[in-house]
Amino acid sequence: MATTLTTDSTAALPTLIRRLTGDEKHAPSAHSTIDVLQVLYNRVLRITPETADDPERDRFLLSKGHGPVAYYAVLAAHGFIPDDWLDDLAGPESRLGHHPDRMLVPGVEIGSGSLGHGLGLGVGTALGLRAQGLLTPRVYVLLGDAELDEGSNHEAIAYAGATGLGNLTAIVVDNSSTTHGWAGGIASRFTVNGWTADTVDGRDHTDLYVALTGHRPGRPHVVVARVESKG
Amino acid sequence: MTAMRAAFIDTTTALLDEDPRTALVLADISASQFAPAGARHPDRVLNVGIREQLMIGVAGGLALTGLRPIAHSYATFLVDRTYEQIKLDLDHQGVGAVLVSIGASYDGSREGRTHQSPGDVALFDSLGGAWTVRVPGHPDEVAPLLRAAAATDDPVYLRLGEQRNAQAYPDADRLRVLRRGGVDAPLVVAVGPMLDPTLAATEGLDVTVAYTHTPRPFDVAGLRALAATEVVLVEPYLAGTSSAVVGRALADVPHRLLTLGVGRADLRRYGDPADHARWHGLDAEGLRRSLDAFLGSVRR
Repeated sequence: MATTLTTDSTAALPTLIRRLTGDEKHAPSAHSTIDVLQVLYNRVLRITPETADDPERDRFLLSKGHGPVAYYAVLAAHGFIPDDWLDDLAGPESRLGHHPDRMLVPGVEIGSGSLGHGLGLGVGTALGLRAQGLLTPRVYVLLGDAELDEGSNHEAIAYAGATGLGNLTAIVVDNSSTTHGWAGGIASRFTVNGWTADTVDGRDHTDLYVALTGHRPGRPHVVVARVESKG
Repeated sequence: MTAMRAAFIDTTTALLDEDPRTALVLADISASQFAPAGARHPDRVLNVGIREQLMIGVAGGLALTGLRPIAHSYATFLVDRTYEQIKLDLDHQGVGAVLVSIGASYDGSREGRTHQSPGDVALFDSLGGAWTVRVPGHPDEVAPLLRAAAATDDPVYLRLGEQRNAQAYPDADRLRVLRRGGVDAPLVVAVGPMLDPTLAATEGLDVTVAYTHTPRPFDVAGLRALAATEVVLVEPYLAGTSSAVVGRALADVPHRLLTLGVGRADLRRYGDPADHARWHGLDAEGLRRSLDAFLGSVRR
C-alpha cells in the first residue's frame, strides 16, 4: 500500500530548476505547472520512489509533455531521480529530454510530448485499475488549455463522462494560450459531459488542494487551474 | 458475418471468459456481437463509441496497468486513422496490444476508398520492428493465432479478411512449401489469402510455391534456404511491402525480385472484391501474366 508523501519540496525547487535551465532571472513561477505539481506531489498523490511500481499507487500522467522543467525538478525534489540528472537537460547522454520518456525516467508514468495523448491513456489506465478491482488508486492527468485544441481529448472527455469514470481527475492549466479561445469556459466542456469541475487560481496552493481532492463519487473530475497569460 | 470475423468473435469471447487479463476495446464495430460477453464482463468489454483515437489510447492505458487489450475495427479505422496512437500510446509507452482488423485491402469494394486499407502492413513496417503481423488465409488459422497473441504482451496485428483459401495451414508462421519446383526453380511466396490464386496461377510452371500467414517477422531463414535467383512475393496488401525485408535477407545473394500486391492508386471504382483483385492483377490470370513476363524477361 502506498503511503502519502508529505515532504514539502518548495524550498528545494528554485535551485533544482536553475540546474535545469541555467536561468538566474526567472522564479519558479515562470513555469505554469509548478504550483499544481507541488500540491500534487506534496499533498495529494500517494506515490513515492519506493512505491513507483506498486499497483496501488496513484498515477500522475503529464499529458502536456512540453516544458517539463518543473516536472523534472519536482521528481528530483521527491527523490525519484538524482539531482545531478538535472545538469544535462537533453544532452546526448541525458535521460531527461524536452519531452519526458517513461522508459528513461523513474516515476514518469507516460512518455508524452505530442499533444492530446495523455487523457486517452489516463482513461485506459483508470479503466484498467477498475477492471482489476484496484479501487483506491486515482489517475490524474495534467493538460494545457491549448492542448484541448486536439480533438482526441474530446473523445476522452465524452466517454469518461458518459461512463461515470469516477477514479479520473483531469487538471487543465489555463494560461490562455489556445489560439481560438474556449467560448463558455473550459470547465463547461467537461461538465456538459457529466464531469464535476472546479476552477481555481492555479497559484493558490490551498485552493488547488481543495480542488484536487474535491472529486465526487461516480463522476470524473476536472480542475481548471488558471494562471497568468502566457503573453 | 464472414467466417474469419466469426472466429475472432468466438475466440475473443472465450478468452474473456478464461483469462481475467483479457480486455476488449471496440469503437462500435462488432459491438452487438460482443454484447453477451459484455454482460458477463462489463469492466473488460469496453465500447468507446466511434472514437478510434480513444480506442487505442484506452488500449495503451489498459496495458500500462497489466491487462492484455484487444482492439478491433475495420483496418482503415484501426490502423490508418490511429497511426499516431499506435506509435505513441502503444510503442512509445513500451506496451503492446492485439489489434484485430477486418476489411483488409478491398473487402469494402462497394464502400469505396474510405473503407479500404491496402497500406496497413506498410504502416506497421514504419514503426520499430516489434510488431508481429499475422494475415491468416483461412478461418481455421484465426483462433490459434489469436490465442498465441493473447498469451503474450507483445504487439500483434491480426489482419482478417473475407478472401480465403480452400485449406488451412495454422502452423505456417514460417514458409511452408506447398509445391516444390526443380533445382534452382524460382520461389513464389504467397501471403495469407493470396495462396489459392497463386497456386492456380503457377499451375504447370516449374516454380516452388511457399505459403505463410506471418509476414512479420518474415521467415528470413526459410527464404534464404528456398530462394534461387528469382523470387516473387504475392501479398494481399500494398505491392512491395516486404521488398525491403527480402532485399536485406538476400543482400549477399544475386537475385531478382518481383513484388505483387495491391496497387497504390485510388481506383475510384466500386464492384466486388473479385473485380478489384482483377484490376490489381491479383487474380490467377493477372498473377500468371506478371509471372510469365518476369520469368521470361531475364537477360541471360
